[in-house]
Amino acid sequence: MPPVCWKFIKLHENLAPWVPVVGLEIHAQITSNSKLFSGSQVQFAAPPNSLVSFFDASLPGTLPVLNRRCVEAAVMTGLALNCTINKKSLFDRKHYFYADLPAGYQITQQRVPIAVNGSLSYSLCIDNKMSQMVTKTVRIKQIQLEQDSGKSLHDDARSQTLVDLNRAGVGLMEVVMEPDMCCGEEAAAAVRELQLILQTLGSSQAIMAEGQLRVDANVSVHHPGEPYGVRTEVKNINSIRFLTKAVDYEIQRQIKELENGGTVVNETRAFDSKLGCTVPMRDKEGKQDYRFMPEPNLPPLILYDAKSLPANVNHQQVVNIDWIHERLPDLPSVKRAKLVELYGILPEHSFTLVNEDGLMEFFEDVVKRTQMKPKKVIGWILSDLLSHLKQHSLTANESPISSFLLADLLNLLENGDISSSAAKQVFEELWKGEGKTPLEIVKEKQLELIQDQEELEQICQAVIDEREKEVMAIKEGNKKVINKLIGLVRKATRGRANPLLVKQILEKKLSE
Amino acid sequence: MESLGVAAKWRRPGVRCGAGTGREDGRSGVRRRGVGRHAARFSAPAALKEGQITPTELCQRCLALVRSTQFLNAYITVAEETALKQAEESEKRYQRGQPLGELDGIPIAVKDNFNTAGIETTCASNMLKGYISPYNATVVQKLLDQGAVLLGKTNLDEFAMGSGSTDGVFGPVRNPWSYSRQYKEKSIPRSDSEPENSNWVIAGGSSGGSAAAVSAFTCFAALGSDTGGSTRNPAAHCGVVGLKPTYGLISRHGLIPLVNSMDVPGILTRCVDDAAVVLGSLAGHDPKDSTTVQDIFQPFALPTLTDVSKLSIGIPKEYHVPGLSSEILAVWSKAADLFKNAGAKVVEVSLPHTHYSIVCYHVLCTAEVASNMARFDGLEYGHRSDMSKSTESMYAATRREGFSDVVRGRILSGNYFLLKQNYEDYFVKAQKVRRLIANDFVKVFGSGIDILLTPITLSDAIPYVEFIKEDNRTRSTQDDILTQAANMAGLPAVNVPTALSERGLPIGLQFIGRSFQEKQLLTVAKWFEKQVQFPMIQLEEVKKHDDGVLQHQKSASFS
Repeated sequence: MPPVCWKFIKLHENLAPWVPVVGLEIHAQITSNSKLFSGSQVQFAAPPNSLVSFFDASLPGTLPVLNRRCVEAAVMTGLALNCTINKKSLFDRKHYFYADLPAGYQITQQRVPIAVNGSLSYSLCIDNKMSQMVTKTVRIKQIQLEQDSGKSLHDDARSQTLVDLNRAGVGLMEVVMEPDMCCGEEAAAAVRELQLILQTLGSSQAIMAEGQLRVDANVSVHHPGEPYGVRTEVKNINSIRFLTKAVDYEIQRQIKELENGGTVVNETRAFDSKLGCTVPMRDKEGKQDYRFMPEPNLPPLILYDAKSLPANVNHQQVVNIDWIHERLPDLPSVKRAKLVELYGILPEHSFTLVNEDGLMEFFEDVVKRTQMKPKKVIGWILSDLLSHLKQHSLTANESPISSFLLADLLNLLENGDISSSAAKQVFEELWKGEGKTPLEIVKEKQLELIQDQEELEQICQAVIDEREKEVMAIKEGNKKVINKLIGLVRKATRGRANPLLVKQILEKKLSE
Repeated sequence: MESLGVAAKWRRPGVRCGAGTGREDGRSGVRRRGVGRHAARFSAPAALKEGQITPTELCQRCLALVRSTQFLNAYITVAEETALKQAEESEKRYQRGQPLGELDGIPIAVKDNFNTAGIETTCASNMLKGYISPYNATVVQKLLDQGAVLLGKTNLDEFAMGSGSTDGVFGPVRNPWSYSRQYKEKSIPRSDSEPENSNWVIAGGSSGGSAAAVSAFTCFAALGSDTGGSTRNPAAHCGVVGLKPTYGLISRHGLIPLVNSMDVPGILTRCVDDAAVVLGSLAGHDPKDSTTVQDIFQPFALPTLTDVSKLSIGIPKEYHVPGLSSEILAVWSKAADLFKNAGAKVVEVSLPHTHYSIVCYHVLCTAEVASNMARFDGLEYGHRSDMSKSTESMYAATRREGFSDVVRGRILSGNYFLLKQNYEDYFVKAQKVRRLIANDFVKVFGSGIDILLTPITLSDAIPYVEFIKEDNRTRSTQDDILTQAANMAGLPAVNVPTALSERGLPIGLQFIGRSFQEKQLLTVAKWFEKQVQFPMIQLEEVKKHDDGVLQHQKSASFS
């Protein structure tokens, strides 16, 4: 049973609430030098039809030859998603006529896919509060290997269709997620986690904008306790942000439709990112019967583990599941746990570090180069660096402040050379990317803390002398007023005084 | 395997081998070891090696015969220019004393459903008329790599769908025996009003062009394909040897498929030894065909069997089918007696699921055809209709114009069987029946039977005018009945020309062997071939062009 949804939707007080159900089918292009069944190169944005072998163009008499790399990528992904890897899987032909499908069929794994029955845990925060994270699990029904299609470009004005077969035959992993999600945010969080896993494994670059990760969402709504409603399939979603919008829009649309006495039709809809809504798609496949048939030119795909591996076998010819298992890199969830343990940071902080491109590496580089405690470093990374990055739509790797510079800056702060407010000023200067070091900026702007005790004592004394009223209040027992004096000292020193030191001096002087 | 010592015998007197010929060449080591002892099986190689004839002369004579037997319609494309060029290259190798091997300079023909780079590959279909493939099928490449001279592409039923070689867009193939002295003497003109040539008989199919080409001496060996009997059937009708090897032994890469799970490149030659030589040059794993076996294939020479007493020959009773002519039955019995009298154990065996093979084949074949033909949409290659209303209407028009009724009929039935609602009832059931048929053979061979001996056709070849009275489907059903089961089970099977019918036409018998036991199968076939002394075809056309090189006496070619 899927977990009970935490989000019932009620449009009207007097009507029964709705339970939205969301399932995902995700196509991930396998990172591989060559295609799934041919030797053609795989490359994004190559000149049209420049990466097409005889097999890709379906020339008569050509036969598929399975690419070992693609099999390994699928096994790796299956293992990372806690799947059972089928020791024997089969390939099938799925038939339909379309201009960018040269053979008239796609080779896929309909009957026995390479991996089944897995799960994916993902976390998301409720109401956008980082402190309220919940972890959820979506079941993975299966992962199947299949061919990508080519691309068609319709020129309606000239009633022409242009076909580019560069993508035809590229290896895909189709990850089928059970309908265990109930809103756009959940779907987005699950996809983001999958994306991170794929990128960590290197099995797919999973860049949605380049079509390496394509998400179709199956959406339906029903009343609690009733069977699932009729579902629609939403396609053309090319970013995670749009996935959230598309799913939520579709849920609302279906509820409105049903509450207005209408029905939901089982159809394919496309997400229009400009209008922010889903629209019925001119269905290229219609109500098709794909006439599945076993692919006769590919023997069953047999995988081995340490136990079943035959002796004297040529290792180039076999894929050993255990061997791949032992070499799996740390998955995002493990990385997060390690971050929490190693650096004593909060789980939600580890979440952000791992989820933001390159941020974890950035953080670790800074930690390595500074004496500042990681718990303090994380504040600078998340509130200062990350907010700047987001404002400018940059990733950590594109940051104008390198991890070196930030570490230098934090060291100055940690050594007591500058105050934290001065550090913020230096940070702003560094962000401009003018090539100055933090120390140069500190010197130039005279931001060093006053180290001379006597000078500081004189300034404090001057403040005390000027502020008889406050001094009286403190002496009468209103200790809080000392903060006002500290503030005045800081103002007088233009932030160059160490507040702790100032406090000590003031207290000493006032108790005299 | 035979020892390396054979190499010495291979260097025959008169063959001027350069010092160390073949020694540096890893491949020739295998070749020598494999086929050394019987180097003179093709009579032509002997003549070539002994310098009696040059590859160019041989090629020219064959081309002349191709021209003079043009009325047979055996060839769709004759590649005269490239053939002569290849012969010239071969000649240079002979002059250097470095021929590539047994097949160097040997004129061959290839069925027109194998891709040949630079030479049209049509499948006898409007869909592929004018289609020139950019690559060679693996089997074609292997033949060329061994110096064979490719004369041309032979006629067939469209996309190999048929059993008469009568259903291609280039017209029917005529059986050379129609023009033999043997047939002419015995056939009675049906009436005075009918023209003399209306008596011509079919070549069988679908590799009828290849069988006719070999039978009429236009080439020494030809490639066919065999899905339900397409190599063995025309071989039987044309009086040549037709070998269907074990599925997975020879690469299908470049063979335009009929039924991928049953197709095998077939070999047509004039004698069993020649078939073994060609097999040796073709067999083995091909990285481009994942269904070929990984095991290394060792080419073999056929021993001359003297003692058959250790052999166990199975006579499957289910092959005594209704419609089997009494003449064929008699030849079959006589052959069984031949083995019995020579001391072999001859046992009646049962392959109980045989009679389901026709209906089972019909489902599996049409389903794969429907799928395989989907690629012919006019976009990437082949015929494209002028229809431009929409992509879909272009597809429809292209396929209507490009495919014959036979092909379209099979596509329609196949798609019907593959529909979701029918898949379990037809396709899955047919696959199960296929397994039962294959298991029948496993059981029989498991019981100690070495080779099965069966008829291959119901009768001798019938006149074209009779043949076309029934439609393609009926004919295929009738004609494949005795050959198809071997394809279902993937087993090796060979037609050996056995006798002439009362009408003076060839009758062949089929030997079916165990998987990958081609050597045993052909050894027995060779023994049988020697016993029956099948007569040579006497063609006036050939005599005109031959001074003994093309028409070799088979008995004399064995040494």
